[in-house]
Amino acid sequence: MAELDTSGGGKHKGGKVRSKKASTRVDLTAMVDLAFLLITFFILTTTLQKPKAMDLTMPDKDDNHNQLPVPETRTMTVLLGKDNKIEWYMGLPQKPLTPPSVTNFGKAGIRESLIEQGKNVMAKSGKEMIVLIKPSDKSTYSDMVSMMDELNIVGNQQRAIVDISPMEVDLLKRDNIY
Amino acid sequence: MPRAKVSRKSTAIDMTAMCDVAFLLLTFFILSAKPKVEDPIHADIPASTTIQALPESDFAQLLVAQGKVIFSVEGADVRLETLKGMADQYKINFTPEELKAFQGLDNVSVPIGVLKQYLNMTNQERAGVAKTGVQVDTTDNNELYWWVKNARKADKLVHNKELKIAIKGDSKEEYPTIAKIIKTLQKQKVNKFGLITSLKAATK
Repeated sequence: MAELDTSGGGKHKGGKVRSKKASTRVDLTAMVDLAFLLITFFILTTTLQKPKAMDLTMPDKDDNHNQLPVPETRTMTVLLGKDNKIEWYMGLPQKPLTPPSVTNFGKAGIRESLIEQGKNVMAKSGKEMIVLIKPSDKSTYSDMVSMMDELNIVGNQQRAIVDISPMEVDLLKRDNIY
Repeated sequence: MPRAKVSRKSTAIDMTAMCDVAFLLLTFFILSAKPKVEDPIHADIPASTTIQALPESDFAQLLVAQGKVIFSVEGADVRLETLKGMADQYKINFTPEELKAFQGLDNVSVPIGVLKQYLNMTNQERAGVAKTGVQVDTTDNNELYWWVKNARKADKLVHNKELKIAIKGDSKEEYPTIAKIIKTLQKQKVNKFGLITSLKAATK
């Protein structure tokens, strides 16, 4: 029968079979290689950037109690046309306080006007400017998102997405962006 | 002069600690990895500077691209209740197998009329089905309205939380499609929802 030899290194006596002590050390190189390979794979495949969500609050259509008339001097209307073009004016479409001007997104575009007009309104009335976004049927989803984003960058909270009126569509047509 | 004897050291290093670390990291990455759900239709999402993260649960997504709307809601338990609600609404009886199949379904990409048939298909057959999306129009009785409504009810029932709704739209999607969806949501007093965007550095 095989028995564990615990007697310690005995002398070679009587042809006793000595169990050979194998080293317990295993070569881990291959295992580490494999582990790092998998780590690399998982690092590269995990999406580092999670999608972000921009909050959009629409005005309540049925709630008529909290609607206050706002002075036209405080409102800025932004019309979204085709080809990422936008047109903006202050006041009412019938008699805009500033002539409607066509611009585009970005720092030199609508943002400049937003900041400038925002300051004007703030200086005159001491309140924040109200921005009405009116996307036309020719505008795209990214236009709407870009516009909301511009307002976020500028820090304007008083904004709403409103349906466009035929008069404003005509305005866009006149300026060839519908 | 005695020659300096260079002692020969073994090149074998103890790899145990390295191996431990490697596997620890590996475990972490495996566990944190979330299987990516492939969208049935590709949507190129617009970029914005928002940094709000999307919720992981109690959340429904409306994928909008090519004029189609695809509805999905997180959580198998919520999905089950949603389908039960839809079954009542449209007077369709789903077998327990079909309910189970729906729990594993990532998104609703076919009209309710053919959903029963779709659920009985194998994954391969499903891939061949045209993804027409959930029907949506400006009437009160469109399918999307009921999907969202039932999902909200289901989430309230199962988790007792308000379902958050997010729109994942393609950049080139025309505004009227989005307007229809917003109208549908507003009809059930969902006035606050998210727009899924990718992150862009502010051009300051």
